[in-house]
Amino acid sequence: MNNSEWPLWEVFIRSKQGLDHKHVGSLHAADAAMAVQNARDVYTRRLEGVSIWVVESKHIHASNPDEAAEFFDPAADKVYRHPTFYDVPDSIKHM
Amino acid sequence: MAATQSEIPTAPAAAPAANPLFPLVLQLADTSLILAHRLSEWCGHGPVLEQDLALANIALDLLGEARSYYQYAAELEGQGRTEDDLAYLRSAVEYRNPLLVEQPNGDFAHTIVRQFLFDNFHYHLLKELQSGPDARLAAIAEKSVKEAAYHLKWSSEWLIRLGDGTPESRQHLDKAIATLWRFAGELTTPTALETNLQELGLLPEYAALLPAMQAHAAHVLAEATVPLPAAPFAQQGGKSGRHSEHLGYLLAELQYLQRTYPGLTW
Repeated sequence: MNNSEWPLWEVFIRSKQGLDHKHVGSLHAADAAMAVQNARDVYTRRLEGVSIWVVESKHIHASNPDEAAEFFDPAADKVYRHPTFYDVPDSIKHM
Repeated sequence: MAATQSEIPTAPAAAPAANPLFPLVLQLADTSLILAHRLSEWCGHGPVLEQDLALANIALDLLGEARSYYQYAAELEGQGRTEDDLAYLRSAVEYRNPLLVEQPNGDFAHTIVRQFLFDNFHYHLLKELQSGPDARLAAIAEKSVKEAAYHLKWSSEWLIRLGDGTPESRQHLDKAIATLWRFAGELTTPTALETNLQELGLLPEYAALLPAMQAHAAHVLAEATVPLPAAPFAQQGGKSGRHSEHLGYLLAELQYLQRTYPGLTW
């Protein structure tokens, strides 16, 4: 209906204490308070979360897909940047 | 065939003394079920997707609460009727929901005002019921009061937005308040049954709920820049089985499947 008059918000949900907030989707709302409530109703109906962040989509600045080649391809042949060349002692778990 | 004296049916043997909680639990069940059904009518018709889901969430909360009450009522009655029998196989005059919850959805503002009036009562009632003497009712109230707290937050915020929004939203809200405020009084006006249960200590005194309810309503209406409506004549009857014509149509849809295919299950 008048959906286009309400700004778009991106929703981030923390599923458990200690984990990061993860982007789960977007929704329309008139302001931040409504966005948090809408996020609760749309994205946490099945016990998905313990915390909600919302950010108006216009505040998110993204890299340009047209620049993907110069942005990301140069990293492709620089395997030495991965820490896999170090010997990890057996006593160190979860690396 | 000429009837002889012996064939005239005599009064049935006196039924076992009914548990006084049974009609109360049934009334609570009917109230939540009818409002849940009304809200479910919004499914797919909400003004925006987000509110369509919010309305469906609230409907499902109330339906879950109604089920708990119906199951308990069936046990209290002890006549072999199930929760489904109580929900689907009674006639309109047997329903004990207040008139407010059977009122049609109208527009979104109408639904919000109906919800606000109900939530403001429902939340404050459950808050008291959860520390009541009946353990089962207290447990249902304890689970439902968190849901009701969110419902009240939701309907309060929408009432504020509609009142303090655009001239058009305000006009819809004013109309809804003018239509529905008269149904609020029934919620807190005890029937003979409720008075009896209040004297037994099984139901909170409604007069004791009023100060908190009125304070919340005054706060929300002030935020919405809406003047507090004068207390109109309270339209009553639903809790005694005297309903508006709307309930019959609602039940026709609600009960259609069980009436047409008795005993049908998934």
